[in-house]
Amino acid sequence: MSNSVETKPTLIESVRKRLQGVNMRQNGIFLALIGLVIFFAITSPNAASLTPSNVSNLVVQNGYILVLAIGMVMIIIAGHIDLSVGSVAAFIGAVAGILVVRPLEQDGWEWLPVFPWWLGIIGAIAVGAIVGMWQGFWVAYVGIPAFIVGLAGMLLFRGLAMTTLQNTNIGPFPDEFRAIGNGFLDKEQGLNAIIGIPPEFNATALVITALGILALWAQQVRHRAGQIKYEQIREPVAWFYTKNTVLSAMIAFVGIQLSRANGIPFTLLLLIFLVVVYSMVMNSTQFGRYIYAIGGNLNAAMLSGINVRRVNFWLFVNMGSLAALSGVLIAARMNSAVPKAGDGFELDAISSVFIGGAAVQGGIGTVVGSMVGGLIQGVLANGMNLNSVGIDLQMTIKGLVLLLAVAFDVWSKNRK
Amino acid sequence: MSEAILEMRSITKKFPGVVALDDVSLTVAQGEIHAICGENGAGKSTLMKVLSGVYPHGTYSGDIVYEAQEQEFSSIRDSEAVGIVIIHQELALSPHLSIAENIFLRNEIKRFGLIDWNETNQKAKVLMDRVGLNENPVTAIKDIGVGKQQLVEIAKALSKEVKLLILDEPTAALNDEDSAHLLGLLRQLRDQGITSIIISHKLNEIEAIADTTTIIRDGEVVESINMAATLVSQDRIIKGMVGREMQNRYPERIPEIGEEVLRVEHWNAYHPQDPERKIVDDVSITVRRGEIVGLAGIMGAGRTEFARSVFGHSYGVNISGKVFVDGKEANVNTVADAIRSGLAYATEDRKRFGLNLIEDVKRNITLASLKDFVKGFLVNSNEEFKRANEYRASMNIKAPSVLTVTNQLSGGNQQKVVLSKWINVDPEVLILDEPTRGIDVGAKYEIYLIIQRLASEGKGIVVISSELPELIGICDRIYAISQGAITGEVTRANVNPEQLMKYMTTEKDTTHV
Repeated sequence: MSNSVETKPTLIESVRKRLQGVNMRQNGIFLALIGLVIFFAITSPNAASLTPSNVSNLVVQNGYILVLAIGMVMIIIAGHIDLSVGSVAAFIGAVAGILVVRPLEQDGWEWLPVFPWWLGIIGAIAVGAIVGMWQGFWVAYVGIPAFIVGLAGMLLFRGLAMTTLQNTNIGPFPDEFRAIGNGFLDKEQGLNAIIGIPPEFNATALVITALGILALWAQQVRHRAGQIKYEQIREPVAWFYTKNTVLSAMIAFVGIQLSRANGIPFTLLLLIFLVVVYSMVMNSTQFGRYIYAIGGNLNAAMLSGINVRRVNFWLFVNMGSLAALSGVLIAARMNSAVPKAGDGFELDAISSVFIGGAAVQGGIGTVVGSMVGGLIQGVLANGMNLNSVGIDLQMTIKGLVLLLAVAFDVWSKNRK
Repeated sequence: MSEAILEMRSITKKFPGVVALDDVSLTVAQGEIHAICGENGAGKSTLMKVLSGVYPHGTYSGDIVYEAQEQEFSSIRDSEAVGIVIIHQELALSPHLSIAENIFLRNEIKRFGLIDWNETNQKAKVLMDRVGLNENPVTAIKDIGVGKQQLVEIAKALSKEVKLLILDEPTAALNDEDSAHLLGLLRQLRDQGITSIIISHKLNEIEAIADTTTIIRDGEVVESINMAATLVSQDRIIKGMVGREMQNRYPERIPEIGEEVLRVEHWNAYHPQDPERKIVDDVSITVRRGEIVGLAGIMGAGRTEFARSVFGHSYGVNISGKVFVDGKEANVNTVADAIRSGLAYATEDRKRFGLNLIEDVKRNITLASLKDFVKGFLVNSNEEFKRANEYRASMNIKAPSVLTVTNQLSGGNQQKVVLSKWINVDPEVLILDEPTRGIDVGAKYEIYLIIQRLASEGKGIVVISSELPELIGICDRIYAISQGAITGEVTRANVNPEQLMKYMTTEKDTTHV
């Protein structure tokens, strides 16, 4: 009896020591995603889930949710929530329609010239930023809980979307505009001809995938070198190489499948860009660090000289801009602006964030985690579709996944 | 002495990697006040959690014999059922409910399944009289002071027919008057046959009230002293707690006092919820470089309110007055302005106002000075790590690494993190609000050394404290504050505790300062 009591903790301790520096939660959801992919690869008929076109679809279909989730995780880390983003996306889709497509007849917008597609996108995102200012003003400077402001905004901007569109659809959009949601980089395989790669593979996609893997290793090695130089705790060497090799293999697989389909979607490039930029914002800028500080302990943040109102305000401006971008992606993909666009997307974004490990109380969460959370949802929905699971069962399962993911979080926290 | 109400025999409690209690035995006699003291982390709270069933039977080894029967509590409900009630340091009251509702929470008086409010309030009044709480039973908890809240907790315990009352640091947040009342009440309850176990850091209290004192160190019982039989000095208890003779609780120092660094003139502030009420009343103070200045006052006197209103108007409304740093008028309209002007304020309540408890040591230390680590747009986290490690060494922060989350640290080490954070701002003046509250004797000594080091580096230091001996022990000059106004000033040379206490309790109307 006494023996077992004494040896047990040391065993646990040694394991714990070995895993020091390994982020269990973050790796845990990542493993869950891999598990899910493998599961559907086995169960779906003819491994349909891994076919080039399905991988390509998966990326493009989830892009707009993932864009929303980037803004949402920041909002949630700061201790707020934003229920209005789905409606804002619809409203901005409508705005983009008005700006880029010849307006409807006698709709009151006749005075407005038709803008080139790129100016339309910039304009639409600017309007999104203004929407964010409106939301941020009420939250940060008037002090109304974000839940209420979001609830109001959900109705308000849905209403504005309907008004703007006069309850009809606007479309079709110019081809360049549509490309953001539907297009692929070098779909015509211009590069193939130059370097002589058979047309079964998109050469540009392969090159970009290779560059991506190189960038991953460069970043990881550089990060580790910094940790070594400053004698920080770091992941065990074996884990470091295993993890990055697995990651590289996954990127390579996705890249190759994409190259066998139409190439790399613009949406994916945009997403990668946003994830890199926003991860940097959250980890290494004052703004990002203040967001964590505010969510972790509001009082302490104030007494540390942080201008909490200003941070909250800009958080919502950022969310508005990202919701606008998401609205543009939706409109581009559907090739029309419709009043019902983005309906319920706020909830998908919020569940991505929580599945991705953010804390309900705020202060904890990552951009990458939310992306993995969003992909878990996307893979799940996609896989169930391929397996012809009915929508009723799909909803039930999605609900349970969200609940269990957060329950796992709470449980593992209590165990500490 | 009479027979034992409680015997804990060979209690051993292990957490992964740590033995929190090692073969601890404790005997509490019927109808006594039994004090338990020991440094933070010595195992006092763990022992009480074992006793009250927070750690259920089976998670520890050893026996609990209560009223001559072996007990196997599996939850707090079980221990309360036999009359053991524990009152934690952080009070477990619901702020928006009334006093009566709180007293009978989970124990409601019902008639036909509905709450009988008349009887509830009436019975509450009876219990409140027993503890000397003169309030309306329907008053909300949030509207009464923390001293009275403590009495509500005791009334609640009485409603459960308590036989053994356990109080964890009951006077930590109380002023002297409320403390005295509480201690008197414990004596009264003892005369009514209620046994108490009191965990306390305050040695003079233990000396005044305890019949028996048990000292715990590193999870083991050092000794149990019968306080009536022997004359026990505080030094003996301290020696038992820290395992060494503490010749001097306050480190020696020769002050080198320089130019004036802070001057506050005619400072006024009003209560944020009640803008009619003046909470800081025409306060003027000066602090010189290398000087440690104390602000003495009973709780609610306006010490913290004054400090926070100066520190970036972070408390109070309609603030007026002038602040000069190094002779130049300083802008202190926001916390950021105050920091820029050379002020720093380390809070009295590090958990609520000082630390982000879910964040690591490193990020807590750099939070207020983050801009110093920014190159281009990005924070250099390697530099942060290096700096945090320097503080870990120089402040002797006991943490496995600077990436350890701060809620895993002891109170003393958390306080060192808060101090590091403000030292890293490189202020001219540091205002330290209750810098040693709730931390053990050994860590206190270290904090005093840090304060003195800062003074010798030429910073101006303001220390706010409820403990007079502490202020007298470390300060060069002490202001007394009462009802928001400065009522007296004494220097180290002519300090006299009785005189200081008189200043601190001066009523405003009779003041002529």
